[in-house]
This record gives sequence, structure tokens and C-alpha cells, in this order.
Amino acid sequence: MTFPSATLLAQSALSGVFIGSLYGLLGLGLGLTWGLLHVINLAHFAFAFLAAYLCYQLASVGGVDPLATLALIVPLFFALGVAMQWLLARFAVSPLHSLLATFGITAIIEAAIQRAWTADFRKLESAYAGQKFRIGELFLPLPELITFALAVALTFAIWATMRYTNIGRALRALAEDAPIAAAFGVNRRAHALVLAGVCGALAGIAGVCLALTFTLTPSQIYAWVGVVFAAVMLGGLGSALGPLAAGVVIGVSEALTMAFASPSWAPIVSFTLLIALLLLRPGRS
Amino acid sequence: MNKAFHALRALGAACALAAAFTASAQSAQPPIRIGSTLALTGPLAATSLVHKVVGEIYVDQLNQRGGLLGRKVEWIVKDDQSKPDLARTLYEQLITTDKVDLLMGPYATGAILSAMGVAQRYNKVLVHHTFGIPSMAKYDMHFPAWSLGPEPATTVPNTVFDALAASAKPPKTIAVVTSKFPSVHFMSLGAREVAKKRGLAEVLFLEWDFGNLDYGPIAARIKDAKPDFLWVGAIGLEGNQLLEALHKIDYTPQEHFYMYPAPGPMSKSPLANNALSMTVFEEHPPFTNAPGAAEFIKLYHERAAKAGIPDTSVEVQAAASYTAWQILEAGVRGAGSLDDKAIAAYLKKNGASTIQGKLRFDGANNYGDDLMRVKQVQNGHWVTVYPKEFAAPGASLRVQ
Repeated sequence: MTFPSATLLAQSALSGVFIGSLYGLLGLGLGLTWGLLHVINLAHFAFAFLAAYLCYQLASVGGVDPLATLALIVPLFFALGVAMQWLLARFAVSPLHSLLATFGITAIIEAAIQRAWTADFRKLESAYAGQKFRIGELFLPLPELITFALAVALTFAIWATMRYTNIGRALRALAEDAPIAAAFGVNRRAHALVLAGVCGALAGIAGVCLALTFTLTPSQIYAWVGVVFAAVMLGGLGSALGPLAAGVVIGVSEALTMAFASPSWAPIVSFTLLIALLLLRPGRS
Repeated sequence: MNKAFHALRALGAACALAAAFTASAQSAQPPIRIGSTLALTGPLAATSLVHKVVGEIYVDQLNQRGGLLGRKVEWIVKDDQSKPDLARTLYEQLITTDKVDLLMGPYATGAILSAMGVAQRYNKVLVHHTFGIPSMAKYDMHFPAWSLGPEPATTVPNTVFDALAASAKPPKTIAVVTSKFPSVHFMSLGAREVAKKRGLAEVLFLEWDFGNLDYGPIAARIKDAKPDFLWVGAIGLEGNQLLEALHKIDYTPQEHFYMYPAPGPMSKSPLANNALSMTVFEEHPPFTNAPGAAEFIKLYHERAAKAGIPDTSVEVQAAASYTAWQILEAGVRGAGSLDDKAIAAYLKKNGASTIQGKLRFDGANNYGDDLMRVKQVQNGHWVTVYPKEFAAPGASLRVQ
């Protein structure tokens, strides 16, 4: 086995950071609803793909700048997130049942996407697509840089909100002990709706990033589930910073596995990391 | 004069009566029911839609020609959701519950293998359009329209390397990168063997799992290896994803081949210029000289556009699909009955004339000749470039 060149390793690591930031961005909303609302929201992936297709439609047919589509997508997906949470709360769905219910919603959204855009491939050709920066021998594609910047900015914005604002403290209190938080005047229902809306909006933003970087097809919704779940569980349920950190760790580990060994070994990495962490982390019962 | 007029009138009336009788007899008989599944939903749905459109065109044409054996033809198509296990159940249902007269294969190797097992259990003929691993097709009443020949892992790479050897710049080094998707993986392993025998130095071999999301590191390794020729064992969009990843690190492969690319997205991609692949049919002579080809192409353009298929050109998938229906029709007409054993015996003995040319089924596992030709993306279109007698008018293999 020959040792890979420094350029190959650095370029692969960069690729891992970029894909990892997308894992993190997708995992951010998923982890918050799971950790704080006890809703395992598989429909988060379907929302992201629905947003990606809307972005594709607005940009390709409407001629709108893909990033400008966020002005419509963010409020729309906030509303979708609120509506879904209202529905789940209305029927007092348990965490396990939420997994099944949101899987059903995912299948419905997938069918709707297929009906509207067919199952064929759709590729957003934007002004950003071909642009890249060069640092020495390394290349940094603009769509991936945008994804990375959005993932970092949103992760820290959510972290700061959770840590320093009243709404963040209230949400953490609700997750810890809802009856006691309610006794202190925290409105669980209203806070849950706001958080679900924010997570819906995060799915929408991740969708725009998907449209910028990937060719779309409805069935790809499921391709992201395993690795993003691993990032969320590694990063910690309800954590704001965790999914991004874990996503980047997984992305870079996978990329370096591809560079050093074989790409077919890469998928093993995320789940090996997950199993190792679950077995070895402190506080394990 | 008056006598002759009366005689003609009587003859006309008799003809009209005979025609009316035939029509009424045809409408009185129940239609011949042909059952199949297609992946109308799930990951294979995009390509399956091509097969649905082609099937509908063929059945309409068949009925306009008076159907089969004097009976109308009805096609029952069920959604196997891209799941081979579901395809198995649905074929079982088509035979036992729907009691179809004939079977047509589903889309893609996995589902066809499932359907083949069921067909074998009930001694039904199975004509199919997209089976990629001939060595696994052991049933003696299956008939393939995907004309790979019995040993494609050797013959297909040899055709590709012959084409490259005849080019202005024959490659000396090769990188083989491949998905582990079954029907492309064995071809890539075959390409490695053939390349070795032909003296090409392998500078890189990589495999990835189907569904891989990050092609960046794979692209970086290809760039590092700098092969003269890149063999990509890709299926569907994988080829485009790899090309995009290569472009992001500013690398253009010198000569590059893709096993089963998504035809539309690849030909339309500006990054895919000069990309090579395999074909049995393209929209140019000599393929379009085949009887019925021109009418099929015209109809396919219209119906595919109506069905929302972005790329409406007839290439391998649509042509193989049409071929499968031609094989089934030839078998029934030749046997003069719906008896599966008679149909199979006729096809084995006589083969079938199709838009791919004359097909035979008397080789190993009912495979005939490998009819795969080399095509290349030139100015946003696929054109056949090798062998010369199948090349598009004025086209030849371009190298960087």
C-alpha cells in the first residue's frame, strides 16, 4: 500500500468537513426535536428534500437566486414544522409512535414530490455551481462553502439562543422536567410549537444546501437517514453544537478512510464510531 | 356493365360482412392479458417510467394492428416499488389471481431474477428487457432483450478497449473505480482482467457502496493517480456525481467510460463531454433503418414528453424495452398460440427480428451475441462511435 500524498489527504479531509457540515445541519433540527420535544422526526428529511425541490423549481423555472429562495422557504417550513407539531401534540403521540407517524408523513411527501417533479433526476444549475476558490493545491467549491458557513452560523445561533435567552432556558427546562417547568409558568405547548417551527425552518435551509450541492431524486430522502441519525446520537440529543461536531468527525473519518483504504469501508466508520461511543462514553449505565 | 356493377357491389358487401364478422369475433373474444410489474415508485422509478411509456406505445401499436391471434391485448402493470421481494409476490399474484396469459419482465436485474423464479415455478415464458448478469439466468424459458451476450464481463470491456486501441491516443494506464451494485461490479472486475491481459497498467482500483454520498475523496484519488483511461463502474447518477466531484478539484479525466449512466443527465452535463458508454440503439442510422424504428422514435418523443420524462430520446433503455415486446410478439405469432412451451420453442429455434437487429437465444443461458457498441457524448448528445459500421454519420471516437 502506498501512502497517499499530502494534497490528496488534505483535499479528502476538506471534502469530509463539507459533507460533515451538511450531516450536522440536517442533524441540528432532528436532534433538537428528539431531545427537547421527544419527537423522533423522520419527516425532517422529507421536509429538507421538499425544500430542495422548491428551491430547484423557484431557481430553475422562476429564475430566482437559490439563496433568495430562503425568504420563502424559511417561513413556509416554519409553518409546516408548527403544523406537524400541533398534529402530533393533538393526538399525544409517544416518541416511538412519532417515529412511525413521521415515517408515514415522509412517504406521503416522497409520493407528492414524485408526482410533482417525477422520479427523474433534477439538477439545479446555479451561478454558484461552478465557482471554487483555490488555496495552493486545494480547491474549495462555493456551494460547499455556503453549506459549511450556514451550518456553523446556525449551529452557534441556536446554541447561543438555547444558552442565553429565556426561551432557550424554558425549552431546556421543559425537556428536563415538563411539570416543574409548567409550574414555573412555562407554556409547554407554545414553546414546543416555536421549537418545531424553528426545526422545520432548519430543514428548509438544509434543503437549499442540498439543492445547491446534489442532484435530486425523491428516493434519496432515505440515503441520509442512517448517517445523520448517527451524527445526532454521537452529538447528543437536544444538543446544538453536538450534531455539527459529530457530523464533521464522521465526514472526515469517512473521507480519510476513502483516501487511505477503500471507499466501500467508509459507511462502516460512522456506525463503528457510534457503537464505540455508546459503549465507552462516561456515565453509561 | 350493369352485371359487372352488381357483381362488384355483391363482392363489396361480402367483404364488409366478413370484416364486420371478424371485428365482432375479435371483440367477442376476451383480450389476451399480459402481466408485469415495474418500479413505478422507489429508487428505480425514474428509469422504470421509460419502460412504462414504451410498453403502452407497443400495446397500442399491437392493438392497432389487430392484436395477437385475433384478440385485443391488455397490459396489466403493477408497482413493485423497486423491491425484488415485492416483485416476486406480484408475479405470483399475476399468474394465480389475475390469471394473465403471458408475462413481461419487470425493470432491473434484482426484480427480474425474482420474476424468473416465479415464471420457472409455473412454466411461463419470461421475456425481459434489463437483466444485467447473464450467468445468473438459468431458466430455459427466459428471453433477454438486453443483448449483452453470455460473457459480458469479457466481451464488453474488450469492445471498449478495441475502440480505444483504434483511437488516435490509445491509453497505457487505467483506473477502475466501481460501485458495488451487482450488475456493474462484475463488469468492472472483468474490465480489470481484460485490461491486464491487454497490457494496460492499473494505477488505481476503488470500490464504493451503492448510495455513497461523498465522491470528493474518490475524485481526489483519481486525480492523484492520473490514469490515461478511467473506467467507472457506475449506475444511474453515480457517474454524474463523480464527474461533479472531479470538476470541483479541477480535474478532467482524459478518456472516461461509464457502465450504466443515467443517459439524459450525463449527455446534458457539460462535464461529460467525450464520456463513453455502451449502447444497443441510438437515434441515428444505421439503428434508425430498422423496420418500425422511425415510428417508435416519433411516438416515444411525444409520449415521453407527455409523461414528464426530461430526456425524450430513444437509447438503450427504451430500445431494450421495445425489443422485449417485439420478442414476445414474435414468439406468440410464431407459435400461433399462447402455449408457453410452444412460444419458447419457437423463439429458441427462430430468434426474433427487433429494432436491435436479429436476436438469437440459442447460446449459453439463452443469450445470443453481445450487441453492445461504444457510444460517446459529443456536443450534448450520445452518438455511437465504435465499431465503424454502427457509428453515427460522420462520428468517430474523440480523445482529449
